Amino acid sequence: MASKNKQEWRETTLAATLKRAPERKDKFDTMSGVELDTVYAPEDLEGFDYARDLAYPGEYPFTRGVQPSMYRGRVWTMREYSGFGTAEDTNQRYHYLLEQGLTALSVAFHLPTQIGYDSDHPLARGEIGKVGVAIETLRDMEILFEAIPLDKVSTSMTINSTCAPVLAMYIAVGKKQGVAPADLNGTVQNDILKEYIARGTYIFPPRPSMRLTTDIISYCRKEVPRWNSISVSGYHIREAGSTAAQEIAFTLANGIAYVQALIDVGLEVDYFAPRISFFQSSHLNFFEEIAKFRALRRLWAKIMRERFQAKDPRSWMFRFHTQTAGVSLTSQQPLNNIVRTAWEALAAALAGTQSLHTNSFDEAYATPSEEAVTAAVRTQQLLAYESGITDVVDPLGGSYYVESLTSRLEREATGYIAKVDSLGGAIAAIEQGYQQREIQDASYRYVRETEEGRRIVVGVNEFVSPFPKITGLLRVDPEVERRQKERTAQVKKERDNSKVEQTLKRLEDLARGTDNTMPAFLECVEAYATLGEMCDVLRKVFGTQKEFLAF
Amino acid sequence: MAKDRIRVLVAKPGLDGHDRGAKVVARALRDAGMEVIYTGIRQTPEMIVQSAVQEDVDVVGLSVLSGAHMELFPLIIEGLKQKGKGDALVVAGGIIPDDDIPTLKQMGVKAAFGPGTPTSDIVAFIKKELGAG
Repeated sequence: MASKNKQEWRETTLAATLKRAPERKDKFDTMSGVELDTVYAPEDLEGFDYARDLAYPGEYPFTRGVQPSMYRGRVWTMREYSGFGTAEDTNQRYHYLLEQGLTALSVAFHLPTQIGYDSDHPLARGEIGKVGVAIETLRDMEILFEAIPLDKVSTSMTINSTCAPVLAMYIAVGKKQGVAPADLNGTVQNDILKEYIARGTYIFPPRPSMRLTTDIISYCRKEVPRWNSISVSGYHIREAGSTAAQEIAFTLANGIAYVQALIDVGLEVDYFAPRISFFQSSHLNFFEEIAKFRALRRLWAKIMRERFQAKDPRSWMFRFHTQTAGVSLTSQQPLNNIVRTAWEALAAALAGTQSLHTNSFDEAYATPSEEAVTAAVRTQQLLAYESGITDVVDPLGGSYYVESLTSRLEREATGYIAKVDSLGGAIAAIEQGYQQREIQDASYRYVRETEEGRRIVVGVNEFVSPFPKITGLLRVDPEVERRQKERTAQVKKERDNSKVEQTLKRLEDLARGTDNTMPAFLECVEAYATLGEMCDVLRKVFGTQKEFLAF
Repeated sequence: MAKDRIRVLVAKPGLDGHDRGAKVVARALRDAGMEVIYTGIRQTPEMIVQSAVQEDVDVVGLSVLSGAHMELFPLIIEGLKQKGKGDALVVAGGIIPDDDIPTLKQMGVKAAFGPGTPTSDIVAFIKKELGAG
């Protein structure tokens, strides 16, 4: 006979089975350590209110999605984060990717560009053209987008402490192509706070960095109105080893800090909030990830409406890009990575991501080869066009398990946000090493659990077998460094150096004052000042930041 | 003679900020009873050599995920030799293509541990090499 509730079922039907056949493990939990029940049922959703907690897609609190029709209108934007070598090398890869059916670009810059050093700087040794493309002057940027009309493509740029000069270069290339700033589409990451927490490409102390952030956002709002001028990123927080709840909380706590900073410079919340976007990870634990994205949407909507009193529904919307978890890739049996990436991508799509990057299977070895990135692109296309998952919005909405996990993650994240608030907000907490320490502890806990055999990683601690060596890895030609240095030397020879000095001086004056620095960056860029020169000016004015908490 | 605690420098040469692996390894080595000094990110070869000498370590663990290892590791190994620390056991971790490993071994890197390597393997390797296992 059917049980009346879960308790009765547990004591009768389930108990009888467990006596005969015990479960595989004493405890079942998600990879973040959320303990799981055998089954979820109506009693797990006590007090659940459809209109309040879910609502229809496109309506507050947007748990089911920010758009009413989601992928029935248009499938997610497919982007592949890519860049290597010189601007010519990467331009070629972009043309290849666009030919494979991608509709948008995502620029990876080499580390010297991200940290404000030219290629001839001693700290740039060995890094030229690695992990991204070398961009030092407007000349490089012109080559990077050669024959790519900037009014037709949407471009995402992963750039943070040097966001202002790099965005200025993009605007300048647009102008040279005859595309007005108002017609540019894309995103800059411009999220400095997570750099201190997890990613590491900061230059200046948090407070002057936040000033550059707000300069960029307010400039874009006026001059480049379709641009997403910040992409608050939980991706790197998760990659550094955080739990899902920490990813939610530390992302949104940073988001809160940006919103507050923009309000503090005198902007109305509804003036800028609709241009805020997010960037999250999709990790291995399938349902936890789906619940995480849904919790992020609901929590951000509440924060914007209740905490910041935003009135415009677009200010409440949590729009996000997803990348599959790089940290889940293994060097052992690398083809398995295609499958891991596929279900991570599936989770993001089932949870209504706006855009997606799928990792390539060879990334535990090198920057992706053309063959590997093609497989990654096809994975997205297979999901979008063959699986049927794009036909119905939020297909898992109403699942007892998914709804219960969504609420559970939201509660846990709310607790972390309260803790960050009590430490004085995201910046003060970073200065105290709070987020860094929490993430390190979580990261180590997960590694221990794996090594103790509590968690299975196929091909690593179970089902281990020899595997063929991966071939055709991308190698960055050592000539890249020479070619890059030569080009910058040539630019320096041809440019009007007095004009460069004059624009750098104006940048310095603006940096010392309170006016928006973006126009000065644009002037420097158009005079072919190098990124290193601009950042040296800022280092002089703002000082530099050491690592807050190492170990 | 029983050796004192093994002293390890875990270092991040180059500009990449991916320090999850380095921190996990540092903590695992510490839990395995070793004395661990972690440099933090963005260390130049010169800074790493100096720390290795100053801390008089037995082991130097280098973590690079940006692909700069072929340029940076030789500078570190050369520097260690010049400063009389050529006997330190040098091991590496990060994103390192298989094809680079023979060259790295010739340079004097004793082992390269890629993503997914259990920390227990690294602990065992160090103990074996130092005759402390």
